[in-house]
Amino acid sequence: MMMKRAALSKFWQILPSTTVIAILIAVWWLVVVATQSAIFPTPWQVVTGTLELAHEGTLWNDIGASLMRVAAGFLLAVMVAVPLGLWMGWVSAAFSTLNPIFQILRPISPIAWIPIAILWFGVGNASPIFLIFISSVFPMVVQTTAGVHTIERRYLWAAQNFGVSRYTLFRRVVIPAVLPQIIVGMRIGLGVAWLVVVAAEMIALRSGLGYLIIDSRNAGNRYDLVIGGMAIIGLIGLSLDGAMRLLEGLKIVRWRYAR
Amino acid sequence: MRAKISVKDLKKSFPTDQGSLQVIDGVSFEVADGEFVALVGPSGCGKSTLLHLLAGFDHPDQGSINIDGVSGAGPNSKGILMPQQGSVFPWLTVQQNLMFGLNGSAPAHQKAQIADHYAAIVGLTGFEMSYPHELSGGMLKRAELARALVVKPEILYMDEPFSALDALTSLRMRKELLRILSEERHTVVLITHDVEEAIYLADRIHVLSARPTRIQTTFQVPFTHPRALSGPEVQELREAVLRELGV
Repeated sequence: MMMKRAALSKFWQILPSTTVIAILIAVWWLVVVATQSAIFPTPWQVVTGTLELAHEGTLWNDIGASLMRVAAGFLLAVMVAVPLGLWMGWVSAAFSTLNPIFQILRPISPIAWIPIAILWFGVGNASPIFLIFISSVFPMVVQTTAGVHTIERRYLWAAQNFGVSRYTLFRRVVIPAVLPQIIVGMRIGLGVAWLVVVAAEMIALRSGLGYLIIDSRNAGNRYDLVIGGMAIIGLIGLSLDGAMRLLEGLKIVRWRYAR
Repeated sequence: MRAKISVKDLKKSFPTDQGSLQVIDGVSFEVADGEFVALVGPSGCGKSTLLHLLAGFDHPDQGSINIDGVSGAGPNSKGILMPQQGSVFPWLTVQQNLMFGLNGSAPAHQKAQIADHYAAIVGLTGFEMSYPHELSGGMLKRAELARALVVKPEILYMDEPFSALDALTSLRMRKELLRILSEERHTVVLITHDVEEAIYLADRIHVLSARPTRIQTTFQVPFTHPRALSGPEVQELREAVLRELGV
C-alpha cells in the first residue's frame, strides 16, 4: 500500500515535465512536417540517425573520448584546487597574494584560452584537458577557500580547547567542515568541464562529441546527428551532475544539507 | 587557600566603526576550587566576552586572570568552554565527538570505552553512533557536556547552556547537571539570564550591570541541594536578584 502510494506520488511528480517535453517534441515534429524542411530533421530521423551511429560504434568512441578528457582535466583540477583552496583559506598571506591573480583569471572564458592551448599543447588530447583544467580549477579554488573562511569559530575554538595537534585540527575539523563546500565546487567545476570539452573538441580534434557535431554538419549537413549529439551531451551532463549529487548524500557531509 | 580562579580589575573593549566600545569595565572576583558561580546579567552586557577571557580565548586590555596562580595560559583542557550555540562537531558521531578530546596514546578501543562511559553518565547510551543532527536539542547539550567531562577538566565554563531548550527540558537538564557534578568534582562558572536557574545551581551569584559591565551585587546561595524553588527564602532571594536586574 505504502509502496503503491510512493510510486503514485512519483508519477505525479514527473508527469508535468514529461508532458512538456512530449509537447515540445510534437511541436518540433509538426513544424518540420508543415514547412517541408529539407535540412532540419524530424525527431524520428534524429533517433534513427543516432542509433545508426551507435551501431557503427563511432558514437561510443566519441562519448568515451569526451568523458576521458573531462575525467583527466577535472581530476587534475581537483588535485590542485582542493589543497590550494585549503591553503589560501587558512593562511591569509597566501590568500592576499594569490586571490587577486585568480580573480583576474577567473572571468576569462575558457574559449579565449583555445589559441594559447593550441600553441602550447598542439591539437592532441592535451589541449582540451588543459582547457578543462583551467575552467574547473578556479571555481573549485574559490569554493574551497570560501569554505575555510566560513568555518564557524566555535568549532575551531573547541578544537583549540581540547589541545589537539595542528594535524588533527586540520584532518578532523577543517577538512570535514569544508567538505560540503568542496563538493559544491566540484559540482560547479564538473559542469563547466563538460561545457568546455564540447567547445574544445569543435575546434581542434578528430574525436569526441563536439567533433561529432561539427563533423556531421561539415560532412553533408547531417543535422539529425547534430541534434542527436546535442541531446546526448545534455543527457550525459545531467548524469554527471546526478553522480556529483550522490556525494552530497555521504554521511560525513549530510549535516550540512539536513536542516 | 589560594583561589582557583582569580579575576582582578578586568577591562576589555572592542574597536567598532564609532570608536572603541567598552564591554567590561573593572570586574574582580574569585572562585574557590569546586565552587559553582553564576554570572547573571542583562543580555548584551558582555557576559560571553567575560567567559571567553576566562577560558583564554581572548586577552584583557587591563587587569589579570589567574587560574591556579597562572595567568595567560591560553585555552587548554584544564578549563572547557561550552559556548551558547554548542560546539559539538556535526560531522562526527557522538562517540567520535567524545573521543575527540582524548589526545593520549591509548588504543582506540580504550578511548571508545571512556567515551561510552561518559555517554552513559549523561544518558546518551544507545546514541553513540548517532550524528548530532539526528539528536534533539537536549541530547545535543548532553553530548556537549559529556565531551567536556571526558577530558576531566577542572573548570567548566558554561555559556547559557540551557537557554535554547524548551522549559521542561531545561528543568530536567538542571537536575541532571547537579547529579553529574556530584559524581565528579568541578569548578563551574555559569552564565545565565535565568535567575531561577542560577539559584537552583549556584553557590554564589554575581549580578552584572548593563554594558560596560561590572559586578553590581553578589548573593550567596546558602540552601542545600536539592533545592525546592517554592520555599519562601528562595522566593525572597529570587526577588532580590530580580530587583538588582531592574525587573
